Amino acid sequence: MVGYLFLLVAWPVSLVVTKAFADGTTGIRAILEDPDVVHALQLTVVVALCAVVINTVFGVGMSLLLVRQEFPGKRALSALVDLPLSVSPIVVGLALVLVYGGRNGWFGPTLEEHGLRVIFATPGMVLATAFVALPLVIREVVPVLHEIGTDQEVAARSLGANSWQIFWRITLPAIKWAVVYGVVLSLARSLGEFGAVKVVSGNVLGETRTATLVVEEKYLNFDQQGAYATAFLLAMVSVACIVIVSLVRPRGHR
Amino acid sequence: MSIEVKNVSKSFGDFVALEDVNVSIGSGQLTALLGPSGGGKSTLLRIIAGLESADSGSITIEGREATSLPPQKRNVGFVFQHYAAFKHLSVARNVAFGLEIRKRPKAEIKARVEELLELVHLSQFGHRLPAQLSGGQRQRMALARALAVEPSVLLLDEPFGALDAKVRKELRDWLRRLHDEVHVTTVFVTHDQEEALEVADQIVVINEGRVEQIGTPDELYDHPANEFVMSFLGEVTTLSGRLVRPHDVQMQTAPQVPEALEGQVSRMLRIGFEVRVTVLTTDGQEIVATMTRTQARSLGLAEGAPVWVSHLPGAEGVDVPAHGVLAAS
Repeated sequence: MVGYLFLLVAWPVSLVVTKAFADGTTGIRAILEDPDVVHALQLTVVVALCAVVINTVFGVGMSLLLVRQEFPGKRALSALVDLPLSVSPIVVGLALVLVYGGRNGWFGPTLEEHGLRVIFATPGMVLATAFVALPLVIREVVPVLHEIGTDQEVAARSLGANSWQIFWRITLPAIKWAVVYGVVLSLARSLGEFGAVKVVSGNVLGETRTATLVVEEKYLNFDQQGAYATAFLLAMVSVACIVIVSLVRPRGHR
Repeated sequence: MSIEVKNVSKSFGDFVALEDVNVSIGSGQLTALLGPSGGGKSTLLRIIAGLESADSGSITIEGREATSLPPQKRNVGFVFQHYAAFKHLSVARNVAFGLEIRKRPKAEIKARVEELLELVHLSQFGHRLPAQLSGGQRQRMALARALAVEPSVLLLDEPFGALDAKVRKELRDWLRRLHDEVHVTTVFVTHDQEEALEVADQIVVINEGRVEQIGTPDELYDHPANEFVMSFLGEVTTLSGRLVRPHDVQMQTAPQVPEALEGQVSRMLRIGFEVRVTVLTTDGQEIVATMTRTQARSLGLAEGAPVWVSHLPGAEGVDVPAHGVLAAS
């Protein structure tokens, strides 16, 4: 197992680090001084944060629905939640273009008439990212909801709490760490999203180009130093997220 | 009457949990709902609390029609078998929960919580988390939490079911004393007849969704309405077509009463201070009698010894209908 992890994860990632720092910090400094790259990094963060917020709110809501409610089609919905994990992000991107595309989309032209551009703009990128990272919060929260059961919620209700009070005072604190972990995984995944965003963004330099698209662009243009440096920044943010959570999380919690 | 249950029925799919149940529970009483698992007693308690809804019938609490009220509007305190402690809140915050929901002033909450923790002997544990308490302490915390909102009725669902025998017994005594102090109308569910007989003012025996008998512990024990109540409240043995208590079986080494049956001791089992003697009579009945060790010794009982058994005069019994004999529980 250790060798497997080493060959597949640790070694390649560490090579990215060494490549990024092949000329000391000049590579990193160069990309941080390039306004287009800085814009791409900012855009990446904005898109990822929006997608994470959306996925957290809907993820927690959907988890409660899947665990606490009985309704016809529940199994189908549960399977649908996993779909984004199995469908290629490229397909997701194309699907979103079909629906929200400004000229030929099913819904896009109507939105565009009202001044909301989705495809080739930030909203589309947020949608694509949110779609791809959708299951992560849900898959963390659902097992914990099952595990804590309904005892505490029923007890709170018998003490006079309404549904809203039960959620904020009892359920949310109980699933807190699952939500945090789901959010971190979503954030890491959202920062690194490439395929779906590439399709819906249009990849316009300085406007809709995200960090992952910068990495590809630089790599294809033989700017290996810049590509590795940007890749390093992306990887660092994700690694930092996970490290911080595992440090902050109290022992005994998954 | 504090709680009035009228014609309540409830089914889960094909399973009939309660069938036309009628129960009245007096103010300030401590009532036990007693019966075997799956007999419907917990369902009845949950219907009274509003955690479950009845298919038909009505519930009145303190004179107020409560059938369609949600649990939070019924002003009942509920204690769960597995405590249902709020794991992320301290003991004090657990107890304060209902008061915080009711937006009482902070100073009042603090004073009330202190008073309640005192009542359940947890004063020095207020700052701990429920995980740092023992099972018995957790259940006492749950009781304090339920009492905090000054409920008009306190409902306990197998409150001591998850505790070990010794703690169970302690808490049982403690609940009785607490009730004498607080006087809130209390209903608790149990499948342990000893617990019900020892603690309750009134016992409602529930089996297969029906009420078998309602009465004080003495009434139930001395005048059981039927075979089921008789056998559920304690050990029974069949003697000449009657269910009797094994300790009401008289055993002699010579025939002294005319109805005494002749037999032979087939087995003797000693459990602590008690000796359980199985007698096989000449007409083929197997009768179990219990007596103290001293009594067994003074009769000189031993396996194979000839004995005469009869029903102690004046002791209660229930005639067994011809169609079958109920097994002793």
